[in-house]
Amino acid sequence: MGIEDTLMIAVERMPAFPKSVQRVLDLTRNPDVAPKSIVEVIEKDPVMTARILRVINSAFYALPNKVAVVGHAVVLLGINTIKNLAIRIAAVGMIPKTNEAGLDTDSYLLHSLGCAELSKLIAQRLGDADPTEAYIGGLLHDIGKILFALYLPHPFRSALEKSAAEGIALHLAEQDALGVDHTVAGALLAQKWQFPASLVECIRNHHQAPPRQGLGRTLFLANQIMKARGFGASGNPEIAALPEGLAGGLGVDYPSVALAFPELERTLEQVRQYADARGQQ
Amino acid sequence: MKLRFWGVRGSIATPGPDTVRYGGNTTCLEIRADDGSLIILDGGTGIHRAALSLLQDMPINAHIFLTHTHWDHIQGLPFFVPIFVPGNSITLHGPFDPVSGNGVEQVMAIQMQYSFFPVRESELRAGIAYRSLMPGEAVRVGDAIVTPVLLNHPVVNYGYRIDCNGKSLFFTGDHEPHTNIYAPEDESHAAFQEMVDNQRGEIERALAGVDVLVADTSYTPEEYACKKGWGHGTYDSAIALARAVGAKTLFCTHHEPTRSDDALEAAFAAALERTDAAAGSVRIQLAAEGLTLEW
Repeated sequence: MGIEDTLMIAVERMPAFPKSVQRVLDLTRNPDVAPKSIVEVIEKDPVMTARILRVINSAFYALPNKVAVVGHAVVLLGINTIKNLAIRIAAVGMIPKTNEAGLDTDSYLLHSLGCAELSKLIAQRLGDADPTEAYIGGLLHDIGKILFALYLPHPFRSALEKSAAEGIALHLAEQDALGVDHTVAGALLAQKWQFPASLVECIRNHHQAPPRQGLGRTLFLANQIMKARGFGASGNPEIAALPEGLAGGLGVDYPSVALAFPELERTLEQVRQYADARGQQ
Repeated sequence: MKLRFWGVRGSIATPGPDTVRYGGNTTCLEIRADDGSLIILDGGTGIHRAALSLLQDMPINAHIFLTHTHWDHIQGLPFFVPIFVPGNSITLHGPFDPVSGNGVEQVMAIQMQYSFFPVRESELRAGIAYRSLMPGEAVRVGDAIVTPVLLNHPVVNYGYRIDCNGKSLFFTGDHEPHTNIYAPEDESHAAFQEMVDNQRGEIERALAGVDVLVADTSYTPEEYACKKGWGHGTYDSAIALARAVGAKTLFCTHHEPTRSDDALEAAFAAALERTDAAAGSVRIQLAAEGLTLEW
């Protein structure tokens, strides 16, 4: 069986990125959406429902009656809070704690959440990418590594080890060990999850020379800045050079671009606390 | 108990000739317990003048209770001068944010980031404590007891009941009476209605017999029709709540920023007539900056 077939089987075995959350995102692009449509989508996803209820019951442990249905959660906390909880929970929920490949998923999660937050900030500032898409792009750009860690752990372990030992880019080590790299696997997953084409492309191309604008540029900047400052790690030691002028007026090198976002430090501190809390669960 | 309104405007401060009678500052109420203990409800722009009135009493021990974290309820906090003066003791109470997982301390840390405010939170000189509250978790302040009640707004919003030696006050913060998100013909309508009714019952039980109710009356019923889900009440919903819980006095607050004093009085008068207020036993008043009540 060739690598294409193996990869497709792995893609099929990956859990669904909750379609419910994708649907919630679609729905909430319309500010006049009826709350009941959002509830109906979440209720049809038992895993998402269980996770939302768990967060609420632990956050408000003093409530006299435990919250057992989504409708009750909406009555208590309002539809907006429930929507935002769903999006956050979805992305984090599919990352396994342990894996045979030895990928450090706590560091991976930290890197992904950091990229997501910074991508959103960059998209808001530069105005040439949708901030919500940019957030998801940052969160999921390396999701192909999760697929490798779960379903092709042994060759992926070799790639991780080779990349670390020889200081070469992980996607090149993956191509050697697996015949394919995580950008291809991630893009296949994003297609399976029926993400917008712009997101699929930006996941597929995030180790290519970055485009001069749009989602691809946003993700490139966020990804390299998070790597340069060592916020989490996704198993790849290589930091790509910043092409001249790519960051526009934001700065001439990664540290200066990061400094253009004074809110970043506070945001990353929150991300760290969130990731720590998950680690302790 | 004593009540003083320092800010009664919703959403954004509206100074100017059209708002001099009721005031343009955003939400802030000062409550004094019988023993003089200081309770401040919300930190909108009105808290600045409240702070100035407190300077002569320093060092002070203030308990600030935030109903929720929207700007018009927190934006005056960095101008609450006693936070900069050593010797003052200030406790900030408020809700926990289930989405970010952060407690009430984020209110100050986020507002006081250096690019937005010249003094950082870590540079405050008063003794400052943060306390995130659970619904129903009562806090004693002097001889008063303050109890948060979970109400309905796009973010977590607590109304606060304050009891002191048999006297009581309830402030809603921002609150929209719960509604059924399903149409009557939907399968889920009845089950959802039961939860709505239960929640309404819990709120009414928590407010039962309160002397003074200060309630969000942002909208007229006509305005509400296109602002459902925005998290605010109407004159009519507040009057109905006051009657249901047997309140003696109702103050209508969170005045719409677009309403001039004249327009506010007209909307209020129409509401009184529509709800046949003269026939009821609740004394109903518009909240105004500087208005005080002692009972």
